[in-house]
Amino acid sequence: MSSPDTESADRSEPVLPEGWMIGHIIRTMLPLLATLSILQMVSGTVLETFEEQLLTTPSLLVLVPVTIGTAGNLGSIMCSRLSTELHLGTLEFTPDNPAIRSNVGAVMGLAATVFVVLGLSAWAIGQVLGGTLALWKVMLISVTSGMLLAVFVVVVSITAVYSSFRLGYDPDDTTIPVVTNVSDITGVLILFSVVSLVL
Amino acid sequence: MPGQETAVDVYKQSLPVILVSLVAGLFAGTILGTDAMREGIASVPGLLLLLPAFLATRGGVYGSLGARLSSGLHQGLIEPYFTRDRRVTNAIVASFVNGMAVSLFIAVVAFIVLVMLGRSGSLVELVGIMLIAGFLSAVTMLGVLLTVIFVGYRRGLDPDNVIGPVVTTVGDVFGVLFLLVGVYLTRLIL
Repeated sequence: MSSPDTESADRSEPVLPEGWMIGHIIRTMLPLLATLSILQMVSGTVLETFEEQLLTTPSLLVLVPVTIGTAGNLGSIMCSRLSTELHLGTLEFTPDNPAIRSNVGAVMGLAATVFVVLGLSAWAIGQVLGGTLALWKVMLISVTSGMLLAVFVVVVSITAVYSSFRLGYDPDDTTIPVVTNVSDITGVLILFSVVSLVL
Repeated sequence: MPGQETAVDVYKQSLPVILVSLVAGLFAGTILGTDAMREGIASVPGLLLLLPAFLATRGGVYGSLGARLSSGLHQGLIEPYFTRDRRVTNAIVASFVNGMAVSLFIAVVAFIVLVMLGRSGSLVELVGIMLIAGFLSAVTMLGVLLTVIFVGYRRGLDPDNVIGPVVTTVGDVFGVLFLLVGVYLTRLIL
């Protein structure tokens, strides 16, 4: 930490705006990250509870990261599209609104694509890793939990965008982080509810 | 006009990002399912408990760094080169501190939950694993993210479109891998 201070003083102003200060970034982000970690302990507890089953059935372990990731992705696609359409004035909260229909249709289609491919891949990878779970069971778990998750994401996204609009908040700032993380956690809950029904 | 797009249009636009995250998730899942990782999970109580929090906060820390740098580039506040610009170094230092602090926090919270669930576990072991995995993923994420954002921007890519997929892909795959490295190194040290 010797020369950079004098060097950068030439290029940038002596006092940076708050948003670029180390202390400010840490103070705004850290409480959010801590809250997020505590919330994620819900999914962690589910995984920990199913530990024995997960260890003997590698296919189930393979399903976990994709389910979490896809849930968050579908939520953020749905929310960012709905908020943009809200800003452009093309969104009305009725079931026959074209924007709602095409978004719902797309999310269902994306979920179907991902969770069919996931079922096949998780089964195949599970076989290589020494698992014995039958293909139809892996497919049933993957597709059922995936489609339930898509329905959940649709309902939560529409509700979140609608309520933040009614409460006067910009849905871009509020809904995406909330819906992404809620979908993440619900993804694990739905996956293991289906697992305990099928296995 | 987005209002006139059909479900098929929306599906086609979103499919690439979803498929990239599917492939990344399959890699992460395969590492989770390997014998080495399963043996680690079996021998370290609490490893599965902290996994979702660890992966989710990687996305939070480095996704926000990416968004901040991207806004800075778009506003012309920073330049797409590795210089000692105070804005860039501040953003990097802050995200490193956030990443390490939250990793430590996760280890402590996971230990508390473990005790509440009536299981036994080692706080020192969980802290060690989280610090190692947090540090390695910080170095990797910072390197990859800065390179992709700066080089991409110079070649005309909008960083807003690449940050999301890069953070999830690299974050999940390396997150799980470094968790495994953390388990091994902690075992060597303790």
